[in-house]
Amino acid sequence: MPLTPVLSRRWNDSESWTLAAYERSDGYRALHKALSMEPDAITAVIKDSNLRGRGGAGFPTGMKWGFIPQSKPGETTGPGVKPKYLVVNADEGEPGTCRDLPQMMNDPHSMIEGIIIASFAIKANLAVIYIRGEAVHAMRRVRAAVDEAYAAGYLGKNVMLSGYALDVVVHPGAGAYICGEETALLDSLEGFRGQPRLKPPFPAISGLYGSPTVVNNVGTLASVPPIILNGADWWKAMGPEKSPGTSVFSLTGRVARPGQYEAPMGTTLRELLEMCGGVRAGHQLKFWTPGGSSTPLFTDEHLDVPLDFDGVAAAGSMNGTSALMIFDDGDCVVRAVGRWIKFYAHESCGKCTPCREGNPWMVQILDRIERGQATEDEVDQLLDICDNILGRSFCAFGDGATSPVISSIQYFRQEYLDHLALGGCPLDPARTRKAELAGTRS
Amino acid sequence: MTEGGAGGSGGSGAAYGRDGTARAVSTPVGIGDLGASLTEEIVPDDVPPLTEQTRREAREIIARYPLPRSALLPMLHLVQSVQGYVSSAGVALCAEELNLTKAEVGAVMTFYTMFKRRPAGEYLISVCTNTLCGFLGGEEIYAALQEQLGVGHDQTTSDGRFTLEHAECLAACDYAPVVTVNYEFFDQETVQTSTALIEDLRAGRRPDPTRGAPLCSFREMSREIAGFAAPERAAAAVAAPGIGTPTLVGLRLAAERGEAPPAVGASAPARKDA
Repeated sequence: MPLTPVLSRRWNDSESWTLAAYERSDGYRALHKALSMEPDAITAVIKDSNLRGRGGAGFPTGMKWGFIPQSKPGETTGPGVKPKYLVVNADEGEPGTCRDLPQMMNDPHSMIEGIIIASFAIKANLAVIYIRGEAVHAMRRVRAAVDEAYAAGYLGKNVMLSGYALDVVVHPGAGAYICGEETALLDSLEGFRGQPRLKPPFPAISGLYGSPTVVNNVGTLASVPPIILNGADWWKAMGPEKSPGTSVFSLTGRVARPGQYEAPMGTTLRELLEMCGGVRAGHQLKFWTPGGSSTPLFTDEHLDVPLDFDGVAAAGSMNGTSALMIFDDGDCVVRAVGRWIKFYAHESCGKCTPCREGNPWMVQILDRIERGQATEDEVDQLLDICDNILGRSFCAFGDGATSPVISSIQYFRQEYLDHLALGGCPLDPARTRKAELAGTRS
Repeated sequence: MTEGGAGGSGGSGAAYGRDGTARAVSTPVGIGDLGASLTEEIVPDDVPPLTEQTRREAREIIARYPLPRSALLPMLHLVQSVQGYVSSAGVALCAEELNLTKAEVGAVMTFYTMFKRRPAGEYLISVCTNTLCGFLGGEEIYAALQEQLGVGHDQTTSDGRFTLEHAECLAACDYAPVVTVNYEFFDQETVQTSTALIEDLRAGRRPDPTRGAPLCSFREMSREIAGFAAPERAAAAVAAPGIGTPTLVGLRLAAERGEAPPAVGASAPARKDA
């Protein structure tokens, strides 16, 4: 497939983060068009485009907007009469995922234009951008872009003199990965610990402050203006029918030219590896994530899996955020998984027992396996712990933690056993010796 | 000090227990240490007091939101910007302004990694040691900086200049391995470049980040995160570099190959001719 820069097309423009640069490149033309449409007609275009959420779950965006209850004439009670909110999930932090930060740093207005169109479609008068606290450079450019949008009349009491009012607040997070889960994000935004809420009710009915709320990802919203401007058919001309459009594929790790490659949904790793120069010279592809650390690992058997929501699911993983972390035959899968599970143990919000307790247990077992100080029973014990986390956790975070563990044992069980037989890591003896020394000291 | 800031017992005890449990995996800070730091806080002499201006600015933050409590996270960044950490006094100020108990504010504060419970250094050095950065050199960088600075995770050098931490994924995997100084990116680091960076900072120099604004202090950065950018540097900070080769590599390849999305009006799927 060819490269198809849509979301990334302005990133290299001169001062691309400014309103002037954005307006020189079709900026806010889609908003102009949208404001002349009925809100429901905008939602209909997005539904027709089959745009699916870019935050990882791939839920149809137009359907999500359509779930927002709207009041009928004369109605005075019920969710339809409450204020509606749009909340932007800009809390990027899934290991491997790194495309929203460049979007916000280099083209913040594309997201803001999407915010205004989405808010108009769902009849919201307040949108909040919840941006990861550590993402300071993206945050300052988003804040500057919001200020510029206010000054130019794209935001405020009377958006482009249409009579529609919209305020946007930029809200900093404070370092908690779980706040990328949409209901944890809402609790955090309300000033609480970021812990997920029971669903249902879904945010569309009871979200921010108990009001109907759409939570959309940065890339989802940045996709909205080109779809409105160019039409749903144009969007559907790229990628597969049920998961169309482009995706910014983030190729990272053991590749010659890591970075962002925007191509149609359904592009394969074989094609993408050709674009980025392949894996490290002298090495072979070993394992990779199709969409971040929470998506089950793939191997060199999966080079031709179409990387879209349905294609990846059919092959036993999840498309997630198109975050392709590439590892080669020099990399130890036990070490990789162990380090990821330390992340899940650290970032577990603590609300539910399987995730809070299961992850630290898995860290200990994986650590012992890496040092070759475990028994084969403990490899199966990992699977048993996963069985107690997967489907039994309060939110998808716990499920995600089991993905690398289960898939790595599925594809690389022998490598786990080799650690035990050898009494250390077969791929990195020096490192194992150091770990042994550290182990005997403690 | 016996003023129990966030309170170490009763309903919020579980909160600290949870956090302690999670942290015990990767850090030496246990539940006992955490309780001590909250209940027997020793305020260093050089920590400035919170002032009426802090309160005024806290109220400015509250005014941004439909409901006051939404302001809590940026307010905690604000009190941290004055004192370099979230002290008992900082917790109390937020509680008073939002009509919450100190236990409620403490329970929130302790949940989030960015809120420091002891005064942070002028520079917060974060090294990503998650799998991808770790494999590409992050673990070696973290080990080298630990040795160079003589401190471990979430610890500050005795001269109060550097706080070191190993960070979870910083969403810059395409620039791996990354180190941040007060959250500004130093990309594609090595042990050599990272230790040289520390030497520069020690010598009073402030090297420019690969992506991000010219460096300021941790307190100044906390203030910016709270939404109070220093006006004298705001324009330059926004215009500071935000892009590098990994961000552009796909765009450049598309230009080189003459590839683009389909023209508007085209209906057939865009496929390159075989």
